[in-house]
Amino acid sequence: MLNTEFKLNQNLFDENVEKAATRAGYGEGLVALGETNPNVVVLSADLTESVKANAFAEKFPERFFEMGVAEQNMAAVAAGFGVTGKSAFISSYATFSPGKNLETLRTTAVYNDANVKIAGHHAGLMTGPDGATHQATEDLAITRSWPKMRVVVPCDSHQAAKATMFAGDTYGPFYLRFTRDNTPIMTTVETPFEFGKAQTFWITENPTAAIFATGYMLFHALCAAKELEMEGINVLVTNIHTVKPLDEEAVISIAGQTGAIVSVEDHQVDGGLGSAIAEVLAKNRPTPQEFIGLQNTFGESGTISELLTKYGMDTNAIKDAVKKVIGRK
Amino acid sequence: MEEITESKVLDLEEKAVEARQLLISTLLEAGSGHSAGPLGMADIFTAFYFYILNQDPQNPEWVDRDRLILSNGHICPIRYVSMAQAGYFPIEELKTLRKINSRIQGHPHRTALPGLETTSGPLGEGLSQSIGIALAGKLDKKNYQVYCITSDGEHQEGNTWEAIMCAAKYKLDNLTVVIDRNNIQIDGNTEDVMPLESLRLKYESFNWNVLEINGNDIRGFVDAIQTAKTMREKPTCIIAHTVPGKGVDFMENDFTWHGKPPNDKEAKVALAELRTLQGKIRSEHQ
Repeated sequence: MLNTEFKLNQNLFDENVEKAATRAGYGEGLVALGETNPNVVVLSADLTESVKANAFAEKFPERFFEMGVAEQNMAAVAAGFGVTGKSAFISSYATFSPGKNLETLRTTAVYNDANVKIAGHHAGLMTGPDGATHQATEDLAITRSWPKMRVVVPCDSHQAAKATMFAGDTYGPFYLRFTRDNTPIMTTVETPFEFGKAQTFWITENPTAAIFATGYMLFHALCAAKELEMEGINVLVTNIHTVKPLDEEAVISIAGQTGAIVSVEDHQVDGGLGSAIAEVLAKNRPTPQEFIGLQNTFGESGTISELLTKYGMDTNAIKDAVKKVIGRK
Repeated sequence: MEEITESKVLDLEEKAVEARQLLISTLLEAGSGHSAGPLGMADIFTAFYFYILNQDPQNPEWVDRDRLILSNGHICPIRYVSMAQAGYFPIEELKTLRKINSRIQGHPHRTALPGLETTSGPLGEGLSQSIGIALAGKLDKKNYQVYCITSDGEHQEGNTWEAIMCAAKYKLDNLTVVIDRNNIQIDGNTEDVMPLESLRLKYESFNWNVLEINGNDIRGFVDAIQTAKTMREKPTCIIAHTVPGKGVDFMENDFTWHGKPPNDKEAKVALAELRTLQGKIRSEHQ
């Protein structure tokens, strides 16, 4: 059952569940920040409307900077702002930022400890018909490997707005990951967002496995849990919105309670959420784990539901992974 | 800034010779690092730290300070030397260059040492960072100047040209870039490795003011900075022609000294030569 502690959307399993894109939540978060934090500046690389920075640009034109198609320059300009009292957001597609400007960000934003927020948009297979060139599926591995980096993947638009506001008001480099399409709204405006804290959205008595999911994939994990319950299999579903620093205490405790886990992410299984969890558990409580995500392959053009099915990442694939991992106990 | 007096120029020239001596000793002690670029830029760094910059070594975080950004971080030994001379940290600490637990890293790291404005080393990124600092200055209505030192070689980086476009778009007249035009890079002469000329025409066509001077002539450099400060609506580029290895005969204009330090014997020769240098650099460009 849904955990009432988090004041979730009670209609989230309805066919007509309200949907919005996490990038829209980013746009709302920026405007809210613009009103409350005079040091927030926003930079864009010719994708202002697409990454939903347009509302901020219209409302606060003196604090919005159009950088053109030049992601490296944008990154280092933001680093300059970030060491001069500003909280600088750079907005582009995640394949370019942090992709094309990887070393620029590593040196000038992260190692330099500049107050820079990297907003990586159009992440994952969710980018759909544009094809693999625009589907960022390595960005979590990249950013997670940076020392002291903070990496957040909001599960829906509400959480995206809250994460954006938290990052804007907190000194230091952040990576925020957003997706393009409208996805089910699982939380409500009342749902708390606590940076670095895992949220177990689906609870049950005597769970035999746990699913850790990040981003919009959490919805598919919740659907899997609901269907599994009808088959007599009880699992927990935990939202890992903060991939780094990982809520190690929660991960270890849930793994101990269930003895079998499945990680779920729209990202390569190498280096992403699943890897982060496996690293913690290998050191503290070795636990059988199945990994849902891209398995050593790029994506391709298609609708998101076609892609999730083809690459073994849809609700059925998650259910199969749960059954498999329980069998490995 | 008033016109620089003759006696001040002489003071600065002495300081620059002292900087070169400290530099050779520092590189010898470090056992690795770059020689040619730092020697060639000794006059410019001396001019910055002892005449141009509105800074306070006792209060390196002062918000109204002029900012000096070093984009080609590998020539940091000369920046460290100038900073130590100016009182940012003890001269004795220069011995820790490139060593474990040091504040003066092999390439400059902002959070390691107060007074550094950025972290640098990977080329082509300093001008962009300077733009962010200059834009923040405009946003906050500050009067500080932003100076960015770049190498000529790093004008082969695409990022540098992204930044050149951007600074002109935002009409950053509080930003001056200084190009260390010494014509050498690791693999040889710049015009053989990947031709850069005409740097002047390239900058002008990107809508910058361009000044061209002898970078080993302190008075000429100071005058150019003063001119740059009076320019409005455009950023200024000072192409400073320098002699790599300046002041040490066997290093001058030899690209093989780009990335290595002198050994014991070479350092002795260099230091002996520098001790007799007073006035030499000056007479050469007169």
